Amino acid sequence: MKTLPDARGHFGKFGGRFVPETLMAPLIELEKAYAAARRDRKFQARLNALLADYAGRPTPLYHAARLSEHCGGARIWLKREDLCHTGAHKVNNVLGQALLAARMGKKRVIAETGAGQHGVASATACALLGLECEVYMGTEDVERQALNVFRMKLLGAKVIPVESGSKTLKDAVNEALRDWVTNVRTTYYLLGSALGPHPYPMMVRDFHTVIGKETRRQAQRTIGKLPDVLVACVGGGSNAIGLFHPFIGDRRVRIVGVEPGGHGIATGRHGATMTAGHPGVLHGAMSYLLQSDDGQVAVAHSISAGLDYPGVGPEHAYYRETGRFEFVAITDEEALEGFQALTKLEGIMPALESAHAVAHAMRLAKTLPRAKTIVVGLSGRGDKDVHVVAKALGKSVE
Amino acid sequence: MTFARLRERGERALMPYFTAGDPSLAETRRLVMAAERAGADVVELGVPFSDPIADGPVVQRAGTRALAAGASLPRVLELVAGLRADGLKLPIALMTYYNPVLAFGLKSFTRTALDAGADGVIVPDLPYEEADPLREEAEPAGLDLVQFVAPTSTPARVKVIARLSRGFIYVVSVLGITGERRQLPPELDAQIRTLRLVTTKPVCVGFGVSTPEQVAAVGKLADGVIVGSAIVRLIERHTGDPALIDEVAKFIAALKAPLRIQT
Repeated sequence: MKTLPDARGHFGKFGGRFVPETLMAPLIELEKAYAAARRDRKFQARLNALLADYAGRPTPLYHAARLSEHCGGARIWLKREDLCHTGAHKVNNVLGQALLAARMGKKRVIAETGAGQHGVASATACALLGLECEVYMGTEDVERQALNVFRMKLLGAKVIPVESGSKTLKDAVNEALRDWVTNVRTTYYLLGSALGPHPYPMMVRDFHTVIGKETRRQAQRTIGKLPDVLVACVGGGSNAIGLFHPFIGDRRVRIVGVEPGGHGIATGRHGATMTAGHPGVLHGAMSYLLQSDDGQVAVAHSISAGLDYPGVGPEHAYYRETGRFEFVAITDEEALEGFQALTKLEGIMPALESAHAVAHAMRLAKTLPRAKTIVVGLSGRGDKDVHVVAKALGKSVE
Repeated sequence: MTFARLRERGERALMPYFTAGDPSLAETRRLVMAAERAGADVVELGVPFSDPIADGPVVQRAGTRALAAGASLPRVLELVAGLRADGLKLPIALMTYYNPVLAFGLKSFTRTALDAGADGVIVPDLPYEEADPLREEAEPAGLDLVQFVAPTSTPARVKVIARLSRGFIYVVSVLGITGERRQLPPELDAQIRTLRLVTTKPVCVGFGVSTPEQVAAVGKLADGVIVGSAIVRLIERHTGDPALIDEVAKFIAALKAPLRIQT
C-alpha cells in the first residue's frame, strides 16, 4: 500500500494546499517541525504518557449486549472515546498539536470551534502546557453553546465571536485563517479536524489513529478477530479517519462513514457532503463540498453542531473515490432515535454526532447475522447535547 | 504593455479594486467607466465569494452585499463584456477565489474570460504549487495568471513566483488580510529590492494601501499600486447616494495624482 498523502499533501486529486502565499512557507515549516517531532522519541514518550495518564487511554472496546439484542443481528461493540478526558476523541489531537506548538516555541495558540468541543479541548491542552489560547466561534454557536463558552473561559482561553458569513463553524475557520495569516510568526493554528491545508489532514489523522490501533488490538484479544464493519460519524472526519485508517489494508473489514442527513437530503437542509456535494476547494484543501452551481459554499445543517460543516477531510474524499469507504446519511430524527436507544438500553448517552453512527449501526446490525461484529466509533459523550435533545423532543429542562 | 508605457513616461500605474456587484452589477459598470476617466490604469474586479479568507471586513461585507444582489462568476464575466461594449480600454484583472473557477471549469473559464475581454486573473488561494492546472489553460490562451509574493515568501519561493507570474507580480505588503493600515511596513523597500534582483517584470503592491500619501510612497518603489478596501469603503458609505460615482472618481483622481510624475 502506498503512503498517503504524497510529498505535496495530495490524496490522489484531493488535499493539497490552497492558501494565500503568506501561509505557504509557514505550512512547510509546520510540516518539517511535525516530521521532526515524529522522529523524536522524547516527544512521542511525552505524548504517550499524556494520552495514558491525562486523557485516560486506552479507551475500552465495549460490547453493547442489550443494544445488540434489541436490534437482533450482528453484535455491536463501542469504541468508547466518550470516556476520554474532556468527553470526546478531540483530546488526542489537541495534546499532540499543543505539544508540537510548544516544541516549535510558539506561545500563542488559536483554534476554531463549532459546538465548542474542539475549543474546550484546545483550551484544556493550553491550560496544561501554559500556552495562551484564543478560540474563534461563530456568534450563532456562541449562543447555542453558552456552557462550552463559559468552560473555555474558565480554562483561561479567550473566545472570539465571529459575525461574518453564516456565523457558524465554517466562518470560524475563515476567521482563524485570517488571524493566522496576520500573526503567523508568533502563532500556532491548532486545527480541530482532519481537514485544511497539508500537513493538517495527515497530522490530525496521525494523532487520532491511536483509536484504530487500540481497536485492532482489543478486537483481536476480546473478539478473537478483526471487526467485520467499522462505523463512525463524519463531519470533518477526524474520529472516523482515526478509527478507519489502521484498517484500510484489511480488505475484509467494511468501512462506513455516516454523514448528517439533517432534515433529509431532498430538503437541502443537511450536511451530507459525500452524498450531495461535489469536489471543490474550501479552507485550503480540495475535497467534496456542498456548493451552489456557481461555486459558492452552501450552509450545512445538522442537529449536531459538530457535523454542521459543508466540507469533509480530503482523505475521506479519496477513499470514497477508490470505493474503500462507503458513506451513508442519517437524518436528525434517526440520530435522535439512536441517542435514545443507546441511553435507555446501555446507560450510555452519546454525543449527537456519535448518535448518527449508532443509528446506522443499529440499522445495519438487523441485516447481518449474529456471527458478525460491528464496531462503532463512539466519538463523544452526550451531556453537551441534552438541551438540544430536550428541545427536539418537545421537553423543557428549564 | 501598460506598465512599460507608463514607466517610459515616468508614471506609475494605479489599480483600483472593485467588488463586482456591490452595490449592484449596473453600478459597478458605471464605477469602472468613471475610474477610467478619473485616471485609473488597470482595474481589478473582485468576484464575490462566500468564504473570502484573504479579505478583511470591508471587502467581506462588500462580497456579502454583492452575493445578495445576485453577483456570481458568470455574471461578473458578463459585466466584463458589458464594460468592453461600453468602450472601456483599461486592462481588466479578475480577482477570484479558486472554487468559483473550478465550478465554472478551468477551460471554459479561460475561454469565457478572454472572450469577455479580461486580461488577467488573480487567485489569492492558489499558490504556484497548485496552479498548474489553471496555468496550463490560461497561459497558452493568453490570459495572465498573476502570482503573489508575501512577506513570508522565502528567497527560493520568490524566484519561482517571479518566473511564473504573468502580467505583473502582486506584492502583498503586509502580513495579513486586505484592509487599510495606518502605516506601510518598513520592510517593503527591502522586499521589493530583493524582488527586483530576480525579475524585470512589473511589480505592483497591494494590501493596506489606502491614502494618496501611502500611494505616493509605494509609487516610489513599485510599478503599480493597488487600492481596494479604501475604495470599497467609500462605495459602502455612498451607496444609494446620487453622488456615489463622483465621490469615487474624485478619490481615484486623488490617488492617481502622486503617480503621475515619478523619476
